[in-house]
Amino acid sequence: MTARILANPPLAIGTLILGCVLALTLLAPLVAPYGVAEQSIPDRLQRPGGKHLLGTDQYGRDLLTRTLFGGRTALLLGLGAVALGLLFGVPIGLASGYAGGRTDEVIMRVVDALLSFPALLMALMIITALGASTLHALLAIGVANAPGIARIVRSQTLAVKHEEFVLAACAQGESHAYIMFGEILPNLLPPIVIEASIRVGFAILASASLSFLGLGVQPPTADWGLMIREARQYIFLSSWPLLCPGLALALTIVGFNLLGDGVRDRLTGRV
Amino acid sequence: MASYLARRTLSITLVLVLISLIVFVAIHVLPGSAATLILGEYATPESLRSLEREMGLDRPFAVQYAAWMGGVLTGDWGYSLAMKQPVTAIVGLRLRNSALLAGFALLAVVLIATPLGTLAALRRGRWLDLAILTGSYIGISVPEFVTGMMLILVLAGPSLHLFPTSDYAPLAAGFRTWFSHLVLPTLTLTLVLLAHVVRQTRSGLVEVLQSAYVRTARLKGATERRIVGRHALRNGLLPAVTVIALDLGYLMGGIVVVEEVFAYPGMGRLILYAIQNRDVPLLQVSILIVAATYTFANFAADLAYAWLDPRIRYQ
Amino acid sequence: MMSRQASGPALQIEHLSVSFETPRGEVHALRDISFDIAAGEVFGVAGESGSGKSTLAYAIMRDLAPNARVLGGSIHFAGEDVLRLVPDALRRIRGRRIAMVYQDPKSALNPSMRVGQQIAEVLEIHAMASRAGAAARALELLALVNIPDPLAVAHAYPHQLSGGMQQRLVIAMALAGDPGLLIMDEPTTGLDVTTQARILELVTGLRHDVGAAILYISHDLAVIAQVSDRVGILYAGEMVETAPATQLFRRPAHPYTRGLLDALPDIDLTRAFRPIGGRFPDLMDLPDGCVFAPRCDFVEDACTRAQPAMATVGLTHVARCRRWETVIATPPMPQARRSAPPLLEVTPPVARVDNLTKHYEEPGALMRWLGLARPPVHAIDDVTFAVHGGEVLALVGESGCGKTTLGRLLLRLLPPTSGTVSIRRRQSGAEIADDAEFRRVVRIVFQNPDSSLNPTKRVAAILERPLAIQGVSRPARRARVRELLEAVRLDVGYLHRLPRALSGGERQRVAIARAFATGPELVVLDEPLSALDVSSQASVVDLLTELRHRLDATYVFISHDLSLVRHLAHRIGVMYLGRLVEVGTVDEVFRPPYHPYTRALLSSIPVPDPSARAATVRLEGAVPSARLPPSGCRFHTRCPSKLGRVCEEVQPPLQRADGTHWLACHIPLENLRRERPVRPAGGTPQHVAP
Repeated sequence: MTARILANPPLAIGTLILGCVLALTLLAPLVAPYGVAEQSIPDRLQRPGGKHLLGTDQYGRDLLTRTLFGGRTALLLGLGAVALGLLFGVPIGLASGYAGGRTDEVIMRVVDALLSFPALLMALMIITALGASTLHALLAIGVANAPGIARIVRSQTLAVKHEEFVLAACAQGESHAYIMFGEILPNLLPPIVIEASIRVGFAILASASLSFLGLGVQPPTADWGLMIREARQYIFLSSWPLLCPGLALALTIVGFNLLGDGVRDRLTGRV
Repeated sequence: MASYLARRTLSITLVLVLISLIVFVAIHVLPGSAATLILGEYATPESLRSLEREMGLDRPFAVQYAAWMGGVLTGDWGYSLAMKQPVTAIVGLRLRNSALLAGFALLAVVLIATPLGTLAALRRGRWLDLAILTGSYIGISVPEFVTGMMLILVLAGPSLHLFPTSDYAPLAAGFRTWFSHLVLPTLTLTLVLLAHVVRQTRSGLVEVLQSAYVRTARLKGATERRIVGRHALRNGLLPAVTVIALDLGYLMGGIVVVEEVFAYPGMGRLILYAIQNRDVPLLQVSILIVAATYTFANFAADLAYAWLDPRIRYQ
Repeated sequence: MMSRQASGPALQIEHLSVSFETPRGEVHALRDISFDIAAGEVFGVAGESGSGKSTLAYAIMRDLAPNARVLGGSIHFAGEDVLRLVPDALRRIRGRRIAMVYQDPKSALNPSMRVGQQIAEVLEIHAMASRAGAAARALELLALVNIPDPLAVAHAYPHQLSGGMQQRLVIAMALAGDPGLLIMDEPTTGLDVTTQARILELVTGLRHDVGAAILYISHDLAVIAQVSDRVGILYAGEMVETAPATQLFRRPAHPYTRGLLDALPDIDLTRAFRPIGGRFPDLMDLPDGCVFAPRCDFVEDACTRAQPAMATVGLTHVARCRRWETVIATPPMPQARRSAPPLLEVTPPVARVDNLTKHYEEPGALMRWLGLARPPVHAIDDVTFAVHGGEVLALVGESGCGKTTLGRLLLRLLPPTSGTVSIRRRQSGAEIADDAEFRRVVRIVFQNPDSSLNPTKRVAAILERPLAIQGVSRPARRARVRELLEAVRLDVGYLHRLPRALSGGERQRVAIARAFATGPELVVLDEPLSALDVSSQASVVDLLTELRHRLDATYVFISHDLSLVRHLAHRIGVMYLGRLVEVGTVDEVFRPPYHPYTRALLSSIPVPDPSARAATVRLEGAVPSARLPPSGCRFHTRCPSKLGRVCEEVQPPLQRADGTHWLACHIPLENLRRERPVRPAGGTPQHVAP
């Protein structure tokens, strides 16, 4: 088992990074030295050292604490958005691919139209309609991911639809629902898992971008994108409020991208 | 080829119509109408209603949509509530600025990413490939705003001050000034885009290099040079056309963030401004333009691909 | 034509051993392979899947996967050991002195390069001609492989040409360098029988015209018999027997060869048709002793202890067996009993098809308005026949004839465009209306066991499902599933396995069990054996026959393999391009009068007998597109006996030749009766006692 993981570097490194990230963020309430919103103006914009391992931000809040808690928001948004995208995208793609003909054409045109919006723009439109908040950001990114997932699920469905075991199921008189969910869907799991793993990284990136623009997570919640937004004015005074969340973001997203690629290599190699 | 063209054109027209519908619907779900915006929160219900009637917001949905689309197609793009100008006057300049940024980024990407991706594919598994892969992993994972701000920190800070931190200067102010305002935003955009295109070029080429016909060429005794030049590249770079079109999507998303970081007056910043100020007419048209541009770019890529791939061209 | 020196063999392989390193272990793909090929000779290598034949071909070209290890041996060609050449020298040999033709021509050709250029490229690479010279030579080569209109074809792209043409192209490309050795790896697999016949003819012709040594690899023994001068039999990575073709097929010395020949359905019904028991060995975990011992009929103790050495049987005949003398001395197995002896009575029909038509891809109104409408695919047109209770009706024809579509229409998997399909119960004669009843009584077995079983489901789930739909209770299902496994002779332990843990033959048995789960009366079998190895085919046939007798079921057996059909079926329907051109009992159809297409089919089938020369009827051109079927008689574009305008304009009437024998042709029956039979009734005896 270990040999197999080592033979797949992206998977190995990705798992390592994410393992650490996950551990730290889950344990944040226990490990963090200060409260998330604990301000201390006299101590603002301090460099790392002494009381604050990573320094403080413009309100004197401990950067280590905020970075750790920011990870929770990032993971919540990333995983939640992809889960939502799957919830909408998989059934639509499956049904469209299975139905074929006119229905498929119409649904795919709508999906194409939705995909003509760059993902961030789509999310922006939804936030405009709903207002900015963490929940809305999750919704927006999830909905923005759904068409892409639907597209992929549909094309996989089309490939599987013509396999003889599906025909055999028809010949046995199976209902359409059973064929879709009982016969076709289990075969779609590997590509769905691959797609999902790859998208989590991008979802985190998107949510951070939204928060940076002020349209996602709102203060005083700790979120890496938001932290960078707030740090903007002060970067020449102290670069640490930028560097800590920035590095954390980059690392986490790299971890997920590596994991996604590793999962893909593993699953496509095996099959 | 003709039937392929016909079907694509039909499809695209349908998609454009759907886009306009989506934009219209999404934005009209806004709580709080445009009338409230103009008259302020303390307006009386009667004055609100009379203004709505005047602005045509009480008409049935379909009529409003038709009126708006009619206007868009004939050049009347509405009146910006927040900037107090016709939208046409605003958008033109912004579009040009963004196009400049996007154009340079795309150029840099095509010139650098394609050779890099090709090299990585050809030296697959070796140090150069690993280095390029690592670089591209980082490139796709670091958000544009982080890159942007890091660049500002390093290159535009008080110590180095190589480049200005924001805004745009017209060519009239001198080539050097004009150029210096463009460098950092373009660089930020390019880095991310580069990473995406390098990865996709590499994987496309790797797939071709493992294909049966490349094997045949090898068994014919062809040198690696001939295999790569005559066989692999032609087929491997074909998908690069679609890759570049796809990356326009990343570009357009990234441009919003980059323009915000550098306070660059382009379409992205315009859209943000419109959102923050709930300027419905401006927002509608801006998003429509961006989405339509992306669609046309994809269409052009499809056509180019169809022309280059003999399997489609000679049906 | 260059003359070849007669000094020494063109290719000499000695003690070649190749292994592959995989995470799960070392796969011993080839072990101690030795053989020669003389210049101008065709050496056929026959083996089933997993025998190592492709590995052999790629080893000679040194184009093995990165995880391959050559453990020992040498490959001598033109005085040098290919295995020891430096990369540059190797590159100069490839395409020039040794050339390869392989299985899937479509993917072997560069889709973005014109065909002529791909051929000319070989000459350019090896500096054999100038640009113009190379282009001209390419045209000559295209003509050499019998491609009509070489100039037009040279300017075309690969996807614009048919499969048969593509394969000729690849052959032309291989000949371009004027090689001393031509390796052909399954070049006709996937091609229609009639197309295959023409390619085989080309290969035999090449032997005379070109003078190269040819290594011909195939799983099809009949094809090997037709083209080869000498033959080598590969089993699980070992060359178990090498002999001149006539000797190998008449007096095989190795038990495996003998078993293989007996496992083939014989169109002339002179040989046994029995399977080779047991399974292929695991190449990672080979048994001690002879690799074939676990499955051998002649095995004795000594065989399992040590690997036998190569024994000399004749001048150029060797076999890796201790008991080869016994093998040769043993008389041949008794003649096969037909699994479908003529029926004594005509039973009432259980299925009727009347004027059935099916068209695909009818263009939508929009496309028609735009003038972009493509004509629909005429899969089946106006087909009428009946299937009698308890019989096996075979539907034969090449790809595109509509037989698969017909099978699916019988199962109500597709709606007909016009015409009717009616299925009745055997006992009552009542028509089946209820859908649930239909799904129980009419079942299907598909061709490809790899794709007819859901890879994510275990055997137990797959077999329980049809019962669950019928409302059978859980405990009853469990019991029934065990019965089913037993009926198809699979161990009960297979219930918990996923399909990928089963061999091809075993998967097909599961598919058969699934079809029979509900106790059907009519079973459609769509090419159930084509994806199986020869050694498993006979046992599956036995199984099917047994099941049919047990349930007194009726079969509609769809196949392109006429030898198999001779064994299995009572009646045959021959289809061409969506029409039924001949129908009758098996004996009637295999004798004159023949429909011209049937005649061509029968004469295209290769037999595993090097001396048999069937009457050669060669069909020119390719099957016309089903979107634009020819008017009148659909076969007229390729018919060697075409009468004239009547064939082009008028659809041929169904003429009755005998009691149950009908054919659709304009040619008067007396003329057709007078033709010579394609095969002698009895065929030549296969095993000649010493």
